[in-house]
Amino acid sequence: MNKNKNLITPDLSVDLGGIKMKNPVAVASGTFGYGREYEDYMDIAAIGAVIVKGTTLEPRIGNPPPRIIETPAGMLNAIGLENPGIDVFLDQHLPYLRNKGVTVIANLAGNSIEDYAAVTAKLKGHQGIAGIELNISCPNVKKGGLQFGTDPLMVKQVVQAVKKETSLPVMPKLSPNVTNIVEIAWAAREGGADALSMINTLMGMAIDIDRRRPVLANIFGGLSGPAIKPVALRMIYQVRREMDIPILGGGGIMNARDALEFIMAGASAVSVGTGNFVNPRAALDIARGIQEYLVEQEINKISEVVGAAILR
Amino acid sequence: MMSGLEMGRVLDNHPVTRDWFVMDIAAPATAQKCQPGQFLHIRPIPTYDPLLRRPLSIYDVLSASGIISLLYRVAGRGTSLLAKAEPEDNIDIMGPLGRGFTIPMENESIILVGGGVGVAPLMYLARVSLERRCRVKLLLGAANATQLGAAKRFERVGAQVKTASLDGSAGRHGLVTDLLEEENPSDYSRIYTCGPVPMMARVSAWAKTHDMWGEVSLEEHMACGVGACLGCACQLNALQPGYAKVCKDGPVFNIDAVELSPDQGGKEKCLE
Repeated sequence: MNKNKNLITPDLSVDLGGIKMKNPVAVASGTFGYGREYEDYMDIAAIGAVIVKGTTLEPRIGNPPPRIIETPAGMLNAIGLENPGIDVFLDQHLPYLRNKGVTVIANLAGNSIEDYAAVTAKLKGHQGIAGIELNISCPNVKKGGLQFGTDPLMVKQVVQAVKKETSLPVMPKLSPNVTNIVEIAWAAREGGADALSMINTLMGMAIDIDRRRPVLANIFGGLSGPAIKPVALRMIYQVRREMDIPILGGGGIMNARDALEFIMAGASAVSVGTGNFVNPRAALDIARGIQEYLVEQEINKISEVVGAAILR
Repeated sequence: MMSGLEMGRVLDNHPVTRDWFVMDIAAPATAQKCQPGQFLHIRPIPTYDPLLRRPLSIYDVLSASGIISLLYRVAGRGTSLLAKAEPEDNIDIMGPLGRGFTIPMENESIILVGGGVGVAPLMYLARVSLERRCRVKLLLGAANATQLGAAKRFERVGAQVKTASLDGSAGRHGLVTDLLEEENPSDYSRIYTCGPVPMMARVSAWAKTHDMWGEVSLEEHMACGVGACLGCACQLNALQPGYAKVCKDGPVFNIDAVELSPDQGGKEKCLE
């Protein structure tokens, strides 16, 4: 035993492209509502960042049920962006989070470049938002429903359009449903992205053999949970090996060991999504586990291990 | 009342029919907070496959002893794992969750209609109502005599019980709703039901015909259990746009708010 071990108080704070987090563990959009759903379980202000439910300009009722189904070590969801609209978020949920001292990342979505710009512009003059995560896994209705996140030019354009409307850090959430994730990451960076959030869910489906039908009413859904962790790690590694941009890494993180894998693959911070459903306090437990690892390894700052596993 | 996480201890877990189990759990902190009709979100295994918690109806609570009972049907991987739990095993509990039944006032007369394992959430309602000196009648329908064994627990706390079985092995040969048709609606101030959707649809129709106040308990696949993921969306009726969250807005809903179709699946109250 090294007698100095107890002297180390590692610095867990992270600057994610201008988003200041007190620790490197965020909760992922769509898995934590607007934060208050979990207030019985923990001090939500202690979480590195709460990325709130994806919000659009107008309210959306979402997809018909069934919306979710469990799959091996994971789940599929097709919620359909049910949300009350940006005005309700700003009037009813943001003040609560601000008063609690929560680090809030807004998650914005739209179906056209104009939608994204308009919903971003709504944030002007509202205090208490640390940054913006852009959901670019939505269909672009003006381009025949092609997902923004699958086309490098559209990714660049949507990030540019949003950057014009805000001084907040902008972090597109990349879709893994692409052939070349590095190309998409470059496009986001060229558009002015301050950080990247990686990865969104992998598109999948499940079939009910008794009814001979897809299980989800939406037919397809997004796969999340431990099942997708290796894919997420691979994509983060590929991107971080090619470019110097802060990454919020997530995809099936359940514990501190998982989180450290993401950090060593190049993520500056991590997000816990489906893991919140299994353990509502996962984000705080994981932050503590990372701290214990740093103490054990006598590492002063979390940034020292970011990308540590990347072979150059 | 606040919900929370608790590591409960299994006291007993035994089959009461071929695929129904009763599990008694020592979980004193959670037991204090349980209301009839609420559910516990239970992790079936500490590893990650199967991943999600299972929402299980609270069957009964002995709050003074800190014991919660669950009646569940083994329907899939999660409940199969739960069925293997043994006394002294730890069990990871989140709850109590959801909006439960409206408790009747003192001295009311209420009727409960349960179908299959859907009878589960009605038991604690019966106990609490009887403690309030209510008159409680249970109409229970099930596949066979073994399943109707669940009625004994209701009788022990003082409920009046009538039963029907599909195979005729006990009680009336037929549907529980046949028993309901013979009841005099003016004898009761409230009706509560839980079971297969077609059964609840008939119970709702009967209640609405007789202008009786009532509540139904619904089910849907769930992930978070607290209203955060919006996975358990349920369309309550055709007139109302949008969806309710079964986990947070329910699982108990007023009969007037819900339009149930008798053609809707025959799924019993239990998630795998």
